[in-house]
Amino acid sequence: MMRLETEINGTPVAAEVESRTLLVEFLRDQCRLTGTHVGCDTSQCGACVVHLDGVAVKSCALLAIQCQGRKVTTIEGLAEGETLHPMQQAFHEHHALQCGFCTPGMIMSALDMVARHEGDLDERTVREELEGNICRCTGYENIVKAILDAAEMMRP
Amino acid sequence: MNKFDYACPTSLAETLGLLRDGDEPMLLAGGQTLVPTMKQGLAAPDLLIDLNAVSELMDLAVVDGEVRVGAMCRHAAVAASPVVREKIPGLADLAAMIGDAQVRNRGTIGGSVANNDPAADYPAALLALGATIRTDRRDISADAFFVDLFETALEPGEFIREVGFPACSSCAYLKFRQPASRFAIVGVFVARHRHGVRVAVTGAGAAGVFRWTEAEAALDGNFARRTLSGLALEPDQMLSDIHAGGAYRAHLVRVLTERLVETLGADGARSGKK
Ligand SMILES: Cc1cc2nc3c(=O)[nH]c(=O)nc-3n(C[C@H](O)[C@H](O)[C@H](O)COP(=O)(O)OP(=O)(O)OC[C@H]3O[C@@H](n4cnc5c(N)ncnc54)[C@H](O)[C@@H]3O)c2cc1C
Ligand code: FES
Ligand code: FES
Repeated sequence: MMRLETEINGTPVAAEVESRTLLVEFLRDQCRLTGTHVGCDTSQCGACVVHLDGVAVKSCALLAIQCQGRKVTTIEGLAEGETLHPMQQAFHEHHALQCGFCTPGMIMSALDMVARHEGDLDERTVREELEGNICRCTGYENIVKAILDAAEMMRP
Repeated sequence: MNKFDYACPTSLAETLGLLRDGDEPMLLAGGQTLVPTMKQGLAAPDLLIDLNAVSELMDLAVVDGEVRVGAMCRHAAVAASPVVREKIPGLADLAAMIGDAQVRNRGTIGGSVANNDPAADYPAALLALGATIRTDRRDISADAFFVDLFETALEPGEFIREVGFPACSSCAYLKFRQPASRFAIVGVFVARHRHGVRVAVTGAGAAGVFRWTEAEAALDGNFARRTLSGLALEPDQMLSDIHAGGAYRAHLVRVLTERLVETLGADGARSGKK
């Protein structure tokens, strides 16, 4: 076992982990943060996307111990109390989900793309950027609309 | 996943020591290939040496006219680098086409080149641009580096420090993707150098990435699309799988090369500046 000291959603966390524990296993099984999903476990679907130091990564392809001294943000870290993050609110308003399984990964990826493009997005870019996030329900239409809308709302 | 010891060195010297003393050590770069491979039990190192804190491997700079990309430069960093965009635009375009955004946020040039997946993108760029792979002990030319499917000239315990790309007159990359994995069914990189044209092909060759020397010779004579029309690759020297047969791949190589020649012949905007 190794000692892991990291920060999750703004809170310092210290825990014992095995070197082979994946970040997604640590989040779901040890931290009980089950908003991060495992869709494929083969790095294809994007349901497990979280932020490591603000950058979107697939938590099924990262070891928990690699987060030593770093900051992890999950879907649970976005809302302020009862107030949803603008990206969550946009998904809600545009009905950008059906079963909701892909949604946490979609939202974490969406925030990364808004940050990287400094909010300057168009439909084509959003679709390209969503290549690593698979949705089996919606057909993506409303997901794209929600992200474009949120990017507009989040402009400084 | 098997159990392993984990080390996270912060310098090259420390990395070298760990590699020397480890029983069966493996390097962890972006982990986008290695972690899934370990999950499947296809790799089982005793010691995993994580390179993510070795800052010496993350430099990206122009030295003596050569663009030097540290082994731990991530695909996203290469795609967004103003230096790469200015000097070797085809390389920036290629990096932006690898996998998806999350893979590009983690995956590295060193990991991709060391892995030498027959459908990976970077090997085509290294070969066409005549890059040099610098390891902890020597310089290896791209022509000598890529040996066979998933096989390189690296010796056990040898690791890549950086890849050096010489300046070229102009270059571009095109890829026909496997839509699910986003890897190349065929990817072609064409580079115009002062001393000649180089055409490198990934995704298609039965022995991995290769240079299409007949096309190079023809284009050296006349850099025009029609020069290629009589040329054909042997389908039985191509990969053939459920995604595409050998004849189809051979055809795609020519089509993509023709398109690249058209782009590079006409469009000065794609030229890398000296
Ligand atoms: C969903 C998905 C889609 C992808 N699509 C594409 C694609 O379209 N095109 C493409 O080219 N690739 C694609 N990839 C692969 C991706 O580019 C990987 O990042 C890359 O192949 C491996 O790089 P890495 O940094 O993740 O290396 P790792 O997975 O960490 O390591 C790979 C291997 O290289 C060794 N290694 C790492 N660094 C060094 C070094 N400095 N010196 C010596 N050996 C080293 C490791 O020990 C290991 O054996 C995809 C991957 C995924 C998961
Ligand atoms: S569970 Fe990580 S990408 Fe699917
Ligand atoms: S809403 Fe069901 S997978 Fe996307």
